[in-house]
Amino acid sequence: MDQDLKTELSKHGIFATSFEELYNWGRKNSVWPLTFGLACCAIEMIATTMARYDLARFGAEVFRPSPRQADLMIVSGTVTKKMAPQVVRLYNQMPEPKYVIAMGACAISGGPFRDGYNVLKGIDRFIPVDVHIPGCPPRPEALIHAFMALQDKISAQHLTGESRPRHLKQELPSEFPVPEFGEHGLEPAQNDEIFHNPLKVLQG
Amino acid sequence: MVKSLPIAPVEHPWATILVLLGAAVVFGAIPLALAWLWARLFSPAKPGLQKNATYECGLEAKGDAWVQLDVSYYLYAIVFLIFDVEAVFLLPFAAAFSGLSLPACLAMLVFLLLLVEGLIWACQKGVLTWA
Repeated sequence: MDQDLKTELSKHGIFATSFEELYNWGRKNSVWPLTFGLACCAIEMIATTMARYDLARFGAEVFRPSPRQADLMIVSGTVTKKMAPQVVRLYNQMPEPKYVIAMGACAISGGPFRDGYNVLKGIDRFIPVDVHIPGCPPRPEALIHAFMALQDKISAQHLTGESRPRHLKQELPSEFPVPEFGEHGLEPAQNDEIFHNPLKVLQG
Repeated sequence: MVKSLPIAPVEHPWATILVLLGAAVVFGAIPLALAWLWARLFSPAKPGLQKNATYECGLEAKGDAWVQLDVSYYLYAIVFLIFDVEAVFLLPFAAAFSGLSLPACLAMLVFLLLLVEGLIWACQKGVLTWA
């Protein structure tokens, strides 16, 4: 249905919608995050769920203790190389459609521990990240902003056509390879299918 | 004059409860069945080895879920329980020891000796030695 026609109808008190919009509206307002805190950012995440910031306003207050029931993984904190396989495995165990918010400097790049020997330089090396939040740690408002950005992303997804979300493409695999904790860090160091090193991209 | 309803002539005094029970089960089962049908028809199923694996906080599950405990734990627990109760009695006994009469003291000693005898018996049976 044409957008102009819809606004014209709404002026006359007629509400028109499509199945896709209704479906996405339901999806974006019932995103259940996984109970999953890795470091200090998790404290901010907990604060976001409490009465003062109240993530329940967005339908996301139900933190699920099992990946089977969760839609959203908030990677809140430093991902050590020891922990990275477990993070990827938990992500694999979540049912589709699933989303990832990388919260804080550590989760998106390694942060202050980037030069450390035991810290993963960003979780987007192994799983696809939908929203990145900078900050060390980000304030609860930043997490809420990221959450609203994710909601916008969900509501903009088309259910048919080539741009349909990953979970509706039957040919794509359901799982991402879990790195092994080897002698010299993680093997492989990144998933080349989803991670493109920005330095190498710049060099061409 | 009240006409009896044409359906379900309610004779037995529990018949109403049975009907209500059936209605309650159906009332609960219908949404569940609908949800199951909806999931069967429309949900994009993407099973995988890890997705279907046992959930173990992200770690790989190791060993068998059916852990069997040795039966001697049971005996050990019983012996422990007896002396646990004994300790509860010993505490007031020790606190009031200087003010106790001789018969009370003797009664307590009999109680203690009975339990010590039990311990010796358990020891001789080999309960406290571990294989």
